[in-house]
Amino acid sequence: MGLLAMFRSKPNSASIAKERLRIIVAQERVGRGGPDYLPLLRRELLQVIHKYVNVDPEAVQINLEREAGHEVLEFSVALPEKPGA
Amino acid sequence: MTEIIVVTSGKGGVGKTTTSASMACGLARRGKRVAVIDFDIGLRNLDLIMGCERRVVYDFVNVINGDCALKQALIKDKRLETLHVLAASQTRDKDALTEEGVRRVLDELIAEGFDYIICDSPAGIEKGAHLAMYFADRAVVVVNPEVSSVRDSDRILGLLASKTHRSANGNGGVKEHLLLTRYNARRVANGEMMSVGDIKEILGLDVIGVIPESPDVLAASNAGVPVIFNDDSDVASAYGDAVARLLGEALPLRFLEEPKRGFFARVFGG
Repeated sequence: MGLLAMFRSKPNSASIAKERLRIIVAQERVGRGGPDYLPLLRRELLQVIHKYVNVDPEAVQINLEREAGHEVLEFSVALPEKPGA
Repeated sequence: MTEIIVVTSGKGGVGKTTTSASMACGLARRGKRVAVIDFDIGLRNLDLIMGCERRVVYDFVNVINGDCALKQALIKDKRLETLHVLAASQTRDKDALTEEGVRRVLDELIAEGFDYIICDSPAGIEKGAHLAMYFADRAVVVVNPEVSSVRDSDRILGLLASKTHRSANGNGGVKEHLLLTRYNARRVANGEMMSVGDIKEILGLDVIGVIPESPDVLAASNAGVPVIFNDDSDVASAYGDAVARLLGEALPLRFLEEPKRGFFARVFGG
């Protein structure tokens, strides 16, 4: 980096890329190997919830866990602090 | 014992064919008997990178359909005695490749005593890409230090773990390696590009090679001489190292640091 460039403060784009990838890759790995209907299920559940509460799409988490002999579908929604806000 | 290696990536334009060509040449240079197959049906390109495009008479689909014998379709490399190329066909019929057909060709190559079969995958996750990886023992996942390439590579890793002959039959799965291409050490040092460590951490895989970004790659494809033959190029050394690691040699990664610049260049940039 040259002297001039040092005075320009730039966010480090490589670390932004890494952080974004870390999150999306982790999220996509969870759905992997699960049934194909999971993304559709997530979308439809989100639509139903939206009729009552205005939640952020990222506040809806679906988790599929496999334990010996059975699978657990975990579904969590973080509600906004003020309903309807 | 034949080893089948798929060179794959998900995303297009990251250097799969360049890598297939150079790795195949690198293995053949070490005396291995190598067949390199272009799985990109409809978009034949490996022949151009290998510089044998005018010698293609029969292709992969011709062999599968029984239009010719495998021996008639294998193009013997003019530089390396033990290297053979099987070109993709240019048919638009997407169903020309079948699992059964691919298996037959691979079995015949194995019976012929090839040490390595390199499968150059097309981009995407459609049939060609699926069949290129299906019978693989190992995978070289080519990735650029860029978000979409890394994400697509992870998708491919998921498919390697679930949609291959080895994963389906519990043979210990496909052994996976990462190969970074277009790596620009200066931009990594400036925080403009993810580092090899970043990508290794995100994908959780061993790195078999880091290929520096270089004009030598375009020059090599222009000439139809795989870049590994350019003895003056860092790219050739980096591919040579990757081939050595593939054969089990433990070599440290090179070309991860930017070349040292003079005082004036450092102070004034540029």
